[in-house]
Amino acid sequence: MNAAEDPALTLDVLGRLCPAPIIELAKNIGRIDVGSVVRVLADDPAAALDIPAWCEMRDQEFLGEDATAPARAYLVRRAR
Amino acid sequence: MTGPPDGYFDAASTEPLHPAARQAWLAAVDAGWADPARLYRDGRRARMRLDEAREIVAGVIGAAPAEVSFTGSGTAALQIGMVGCLRGRARVGRHLVASAVEHSAVLHTAQWHEAGGGSVDLVGVDRAGRVDPATFAAALRPDTALACLQTANHEVGTVQPVAEVAAAAGAANVPLLVDAAQTVGRFAVPDGWGVLCASAHKWGGPPGVGVLAVRRTARWRSPLPPGERESGRSPGFENVPAIAAAAAALAAVARDAAAENARLATLTERIRAAAARWPDIALHAAGATTLPNLVSFSCLYIDGEALVTELDRVGFAVNSGSSCTADTLRPSHVLEAMGVLSHGNVRVSLPRGVTESDVDEFILTVPGVLAKLRAIAGVEGL
Repeated sequence: MNAAEDPALTLDVLGRLCPAPIIELAKNIGRIDVGSVVRVLADDPAAALDIPAWCEMRDQEFLGEDATAPARAYLVRRAR
Repeated sequence: MTGPPDGYFDAASTEPLHPAARQAWLAAVDAGWADPARLYRDGRRARMRLDEAREIVAGVIGAAPAEVSFTGSGTAALQIGMVGCLRGRARVGRHLVASAVEHSAVLHTAQWHEAGGGSVDLVGVDRAGRVDPATFAAALRPDTALACLQTANHEVGTVQPVAEVAAAAGAANVPLLVDAAQTVGRFAVPDGWGVLCASAHKWGGPPGVGVLAVRRTARWRSPLPPGERESGRSPGFENVPAIAAAAAALAAVARDAAAENARLATLTERIRAAAARWPDIALHAAGATTLPNLVSFSCLYIDGEALVTELDRVGFAVNSGSSCTADTLRPSHVLEAMGVLSHGNVRVSLPRGVTESDVDEFILTVPGVLAKLRAIAGVEGL
């Protein structure tokens, strides 16, 4: 958990079901620089599992949930 | 013997009816139709069939016949087994321990117990879906009335350390209810259980027959109004033909278990080896001891419902634990407890008698299905 991370990009996939949140994340992570953070707003319960699992499969860094966000949100650092 | 239908890979939901079950059912509707509680000839005939069936089941699970009751389903067995233990040990306390990956019937009964003022601790699992016996043991308290553990998981196939947990529960004087639905007829049940539950349609018996075995020494008190049938543990007139069919199927599958387990394990290993080469697949319970007939994997960027539908279209019946295939729109609680990729999930559970060529056909078919669905979703190269 790292609430202090300042996201370079926020993806709003609220209301969308799996695997849409992961697909959006995969499509958009290239828009930020390596080392920057993307925040994914997702209320699909599967996102809690699938975002960390995607990070592992794609060698990206899962930082945890963003407790400061107004909705359920996940932080991912682009690692490569 | 006729085998299961081609492409039917959902044995963990239900095994196709075993030919021995059909035969026994037909014989019992002719000669076991009467009330087994009656003293006249036809009643005695029905009673004989029922007693025979009870002896077969008791023999396979390692119980005394008097400890075995037949219920209307595996779920009913779990509900009556759990609530009866909680009632029998109410003076000790109202604390219940179960693994987080139990069948939903166990978890729903636990929630119901909690809503009624009891307390529940669910023991988590590792990434392979396995309970750690020490963690389970640590959850047991002086006021724990009951502990529940499955022999093997119904979604990912992970075999649970029942013997170790039974020893820990025994040392803590807590009765252990074992949900053996996925393994009765495949493996001997580890000793040390106080209550054992199973379901006949999972081993090739007909639907509508559950097994509830309660050790004579167990502090179990019926949660139901009194009844004369099945030692007061299950209400109503026994379905003798279905029970006889269930026992006949069990005798047959238990007799062939060692050879069929080995054969099925070779086939699931073949699927695992192939899946490891398919692009963007998360293979579950890898490295764990699993059921010989079950493989579960999740496919990145693929909608589980679309995958089940497409596989059905090309002739394969599989289940999925992805949220889009559930009424609740939540991913399977098993995949959730394991913390693994949940979308695009497929559970392949091979029925007894499945052919090698059927499995090879599946292995040849899946990559094209995945490529097609990924192309439709526009996720290639992501």
